[in-house]
Amino acid sequence: MRRFLLIALPFTWLLALFLVPFLIVFKISLSDIALAIPPYTPTLDLSEGWAGIKAFLSQLDFENFIFLTQDDLYWKAYLSSLQIALIATVLTLLVGYPIAYGMANAPDHWRPTLMMLVILPFWTSFLIRVYSWMGILSTEGYLNQFLLWLGVISTPLTILNTQTAVYIGIVYTYLPFMILPIYSALERMDGSLLEAAEDLGCSRLSAFWLVTVPLSKNGIIAGCFLVFIPTIGEFVIPSLLGGSQTLMIGKVLWEEFFNNRDWPVASAVAVILLLILIIPIVLFQINQQKQREAEE
Amino acid sequence: MRHLMMTTTAALALTAFAAHAQEVRVYNWSDYIDEGLLSKFEQETGIKLIYDVFDSNEVLETKMLAGGSGYDVVVPTGTFLQRQITAGAFQKLDKSKLPNLANMWDVIEARTAQYDPGNDYSINYMWGTTGIGANVGKVTEVLGEDAPLDSLELVLNPANMEKLAACGVHFLDAPAEMIPMALKYIGEDPNSHDPDVIAKAEPVLSAVRPYIQKFHSSEYINALANGDICVAVGWSGDILQARDRAEEADNGVEIVYNAPTEGAQMWFDQMAIPVDAPNPDAAHLFLNFIMDPENMAAASNYVYYANGNAASKEFLEEDVIGDPGIYPSDEAMENLFTTTPYPANVQRIVTRLWTRIKSGT
Repeated sequence: MRRFLLIALPFTWLLALFLVPFLIVFKISLSDIALAIPPYTPTLDLSEGWAGIKAFLSQLDFENFIFLTQDDLYWKAYLSSLQIALIATVLTLLVGYPIAYGMANAPDHWRPTLMMLVILPFWTSFLIRVYSWMGILSTEGYLNQFLLWLGVISTPLTILNTQTAVYIGIVYTYLPFMILPIYSALERMDGSLLEAAEDLGCSRLSAFWLVTVPLSKNGIIAGCFLVFIPTIGEFVIPSLLGGSQTLMIGKVLWEEFFNNRDWPVASAVAVILLLILIIPIVLFQINQQKQREAEE
Repeated sequence: MRHLMMTTTAALALTAFAAHAQEVRVYNWSDYIDEGLLSKFEQETGIKLIYDVFDSNEVLETKMLAGGSGYDVVVPTGTFLQRQITAGAFQKLDKSKLPNLANMWDVIEARTAQYDPGNDYSINYMWGTTGIGANVGKVTEVLGEDAPLDSLELVLNPANMEKLAACGVHFLDAPAEMIPMALKYIGEDPNSHDPDVIAKAEPVLSAVRPYIQKFHSSEYINALANGDICVAVGWSGDILQARDRAEEADNGVEIVYNAPTEGAQMWFDQMAIPVDAPNPDAAHLFLNFIMDPENMAAASNYVYYANGNAASKEFLEEDVIGDPGIYPSDEAMENLFTTTPYPANVQRIVTRLWTRIKSGT
């Protein structure tokens, strides 16, 4: 009985916070658009009992999913989101790893302070931080003024409203999610392993590649997933920092919802986005499971 | 102990206040009111006013169609209002509670009646045109002294736009404004709902697309005022606000607004009461307060938009009533066109076209 309760708790959590919202969205994705409140039909009329439910179910269809395959906008947006998320994840890793490495190798009494510095930006609203990047990156912004003052450039660079600004925004926002898991992996590493590698003739660089990186692999993978998954569906950063050529699925979803008032198609887009995200997560889980079994 | 006592007193005071206080929640466009009016309303009526803002009709419409927005007064544009009335989103006004309706301007009421027959559901708050804002110094530097500041040639002719790209151009992120404008430019009916005619807007806009820095419906106010961009296609009053902010900042930026001579779109922002408004009585009080000539004039003097209130004209400042960019002359009024909402299937085509124009796919 106790075991059952123990399992029931996380499952209730999953049911209430994931499965129920998903089913609601999925149900809307099978409906049709209507000019009404709410803007789709059919609505479930429980007062008619079983007949009502049957009538309701008979009106649902997969039309909206078929529609998504007929217009190239949707798969282009999915692909472009995947590409942006992938590049941004690699960039975040390149920036985050050295920081995590530096933190893990810092003297013990410094670490809490460094950790604090990584977390500190979270004390300010995410939206305000993205807005402040607009002030930094705009043509008349601080970055351009600084570079002009240094004499590095003679005409202001156009960074805001380009893809570059989107990458800067994503790397900045998600950096802590990359640093923290890598740091915790590196911190646990046994330093004597490096000494052993050097005793056995490794250069410091090859010791880093052969010992440190493999041992921090789990941190890297966790960090990459923590950055990659939310980035695919990212809406705020591309809409504030990006230009109109930035095509991301979050934006397409927004347009279906707000411009077309087509909740059913918007829901279909969301369902597919979820499926796209679930597949790599499940693959990752299976892979982890196999590794654990192999180790045992 | 003293701290505890203070907290208790404060809590008691709050409860006492809550027992009497009424609330009215207003959802209006950003940068669209003299905030002094909000506190004036609170003082006059004792009703607590909660004021939120949005910057696109789409956001408002989604809230209306979702239902249960919790707002008592909202401000959709005419075309959107018409569609939302059909969806059953608004309640009929109780005109007996609105004695200030007598102040309204019949010319504007006749035009808004095409969206809201009999003006049964809404009152006009502001109206304006969609046109071109330009940073005079930068544009003449690029295009020369005879730059067509008051013509669609400035923003829809690729030859001009190519040169302007370097100093920055923003367009409204609103297909319902930009597509009629493009159609007007090539001599088609701007209010067409025929997909074949609407499709003709695409090559016009796509040709200038590479030179547009951003499609956005509110950022251009600051961007123009700061000198970050030199041209914006936007709403009249917003551009005039940018002009004023630049003057206040004294940063050498001079902004002008022009309704294009080829013909400009005229729109009406209407105040309406959602069908599920928590406090419709207070909402009527607010509408009546807004229709007071002096209050309406204060709002117009602040935001540089014309209003639909004839009695307010005597309280308007000279740089508002005398500015043809705000109150066009009678013959210029003839040149203004209005549009009607797209049906759902055409709306989808329009949105798709717009995405294709913006992203190149």
